[in-house]
Amino acid sequence: MRAQAFDEIMGMAGRPPRAELDALARWLEATPAIELRRRQHSAEAAFRQLGITFAVYGDNEASERIIPFDIVPRVFLPDEWDRLSRGLVQRVEAINAFLDDIYGERRILKEGVLPSDLILGNPQFRPEIAGIRPPHGVWAHICGIDLVRTGPDDFFVLEDNARTPSGVSYMLENREAMLRLCPELFRNFRVAAVDSYPDRLLEVMKSVAPRGVATPTCVVLTPGHFNSAYYEHSFLADSMGIELVEAADLVVDEDIVWMRTIAGRVKVDVIYRRVDDDFLDPLVFRPDSMLGVPGLIAAYAAGNVAIINAPGNGIADDKAIYSYMPEIVRYYTGSEASLPNVETWRCREPEALRYVLDHLDELVVKLVDGSGGYGMLVGPTASREEIDRFRAALVAEPHRYIAQPTLALSTVPTMAEAGLAPRHVDFRPFVLTGTRGVQVVPGGLTRVALREGSLVVNSSQGGGTKDSFVLMADAGATQSQSQSQSQIQALRPDGGAR
Amino acid sequence: MRLSIHHRTAYRFSAPQARLVQMLRLTPQNSHDQTVARWRIDIDRDARMSEGRDGWGNVTTMLYVEGPVEEIAIEVSGEVLTSHSDGVIRGVAEMLPPGLYLRSTPATAPDPAILAWAADLRQTDPLTTLHGLNGAIHQRFEVDHGRPVAGRSAGEAWSRAKATPRDLAQIFAVAARHLGQPARYVSGYCRHADQEHPTPHGWAEAWVEDLGWVGFDPCTGLSPQEDHVRVAVALDAAGAAPVAGSRLGEGAEQLDVEVRVEEA
Repeated sequence: MRAQAFDEIMGMAGRPPRAELDALARWLEATPAIELRRRQHSAEAAFRQLGITFAVYGDNEASERIIPFDIVPRVFLPDEWDRLSRGLVQRVEAINAFLDDIYGERRILKEGVLPSDLILGNPQFRPEIAGIRPPHGVWAHICGIDLVRTGPDDFFVLEDNARTPSGVSYMLENREAMLRLCPELFRNFRVAAVDSYPDRLLEVMKSVAPRGVATPTCVVLTPGHFNSAYYEHSFLADSMGIELVEAADLVVDEDIVWMRTIAGRVKVDVIYRRVDDDFLDPLVFRPDSMLGVPGLIAAYAAGNVAIINAPGNGIADDKAIYSYMPEIVRYYTGSEASLPNVETWRCREPEALRYVLDHLDELVVKLVDGSGGYGMLVGPTASREEIDRFRAALVAEPHRYIAQPTLALSTVPTMAEAGLAPRHVDFRPFVLTGTRGVQVVPGGLTRVALREGSLVVNSSQGGGTKDSFVLMADAGATQSQSQSQSQIQALRPDGGAR
Repeated sequence: MRLSIHHRTAYRFSAPQARLVQMLRLTPQNSHDQTVARWRIDIDRDARMSEGRDGWGNVTTMLYVEGPVEEIAIEVSGEVLTSHSDGVIRGVAEMLPPGLYLRSTPATAPDPAILAWAADLRQTDPLTTLHGLNGAIHQRFEVDHGRPVAGRSAGEAWSRAKATPRDLAQIFAVAARHLGQPARYVSGYCRHADQEHPTPHGWAEAWVEDLGWVGFDPCTGLSPQEDHVRVAVALDAAGAAPVAGSRLGEGAEQLDVEVRVEEA
């Protein structure tokens, strides 16, 4: 019933492999499956040893698992990547401008581009921080934009992640494994390096430090070792050479954040927090939070600390807002979004709801505030009971849901039980924004649905990961991010609180 | 009316605290009908303070105290000139659009019993509806001027015969929002002639198109008069709390609040 999927290496079924990737197809053919499998096991053993595990929610055992790794890389051609990068830069510029506006003047509501109740009634819009402007007006320092592909030139944004997108450690560790296990690929292909990510991130962090701080102190704030992404937190702190702290290590005094060290107090200027807004400051958000730093928001409002990403960003990646992203991009950048959205029905609209209820067996239905593949219905593979359960939930609370068509996601050859087989993939590139503009790291996290025919790539639902190669054009070119650098004109150059 | 206000908040801890960080919303702002003539916050020990604003636009004072702290008292005193008004708030800078105040919070969750009761109060004119609602809440409850119960939601208070001003204001907010009028909680002071142990007061405001924010005090069934001093607003009482605190240390705390509001 579903349309034939596009394979990113082999092209369409029954035709020869894509010319540009012929060499990769030949490599796949020439390397025996048993050898590919051996390398894959070796990579997974290394990940297990490093402790790159995640916890599965809703699982009574709360088991720690590693995310399966697939040895066959996913490849982007230079011109594909350039187009993609330009679209990502545009999208992230719009996200930053949107956040700056929505917590400030709210022009976009006054001009009626978005329905006001969509923002004002949305729990992700945090009135507690209204009127605060982050240092240098940068809000979404690290974005993970989830993309899917349906054809050679057809990329769609599936969702924006502007809070604390995770997964970058997989990008880096997967690459390290590939360099070790498949060195021949890097001799045959000019693959853009991703290992500069920690340096770039640190540069972004330093760039958004409050004004007048010559050598800013940056830290990574983690909820602690019981968090499912703790490995990534410690990995990032380690590779940037900065402290990994928990809330108890920070104190606020006279609106300044200090870190307790054995050598005494050290002033902290930039915090990359991997803690949700709710748990940042018990005086402002959840009062019962043990993970928070009392007074942190006061220090932030006083312009004495940068928080990465800014509190309140959840309003930009909310699924109900997502469907308006084309309008948001047009409003703030003045041009059409070069990366389109997936067609989306907003169930809050009666007509859309009617359509969705009539086509539940064809659609993907998602909770606007859900993530990780929880609270999601994949119509074509769902049971009768699941569909009925969602129908009841939709009728009861339509505003909490959106629906999208099931797309023929592209596939990449993947090591399956019986040998190489096409499996559906998505992609999360990481986009960094500092005072010097927006940059796209040439790589990202490719997630793959390991079950045959499955479209759910979430690690909690049996997904795995692959390395993502971005090929460079020719020997003369530097890395492709130079073309996607841009200045953020939408953001005012002055920093601090409004 | 010239009101003299004295408000003392004292905490005693059963074990010494290593540190205290508090956010105080204890400073009134000027408006068309309210002029702050004199206002000060004193702490009975070494403390560092800094002034700011929260997202609702309230004036905040951050308080940082190094331990060991076994007790602390926050003393607020001042004088405010008020004039008689029709309850309409004028001359206050608003940080957030009225539509935001249609939201609920855990303490102002849309309790089915309140909604069912409120549905009958709807009139064609919003202002008439809100006055009717205010009067109906006033008639339904006996006012309990004791210490408010922290964390008690409007829904929990609804089934009681006696409720505190805070409970009544939160019930008002739940009902008004259900009737389509943005509503919020106001914390402040009120001169009560007949009150034995005065506490900080709480009432409500609702947004009426073409008028703006209008005060409603379900304790009296009327709009706030010149004996009310407005200090802070938020979606519920917790958001406008005079003191939000966090302490580093073991043990329990004992809170003691004294309020005097007199005509100066």
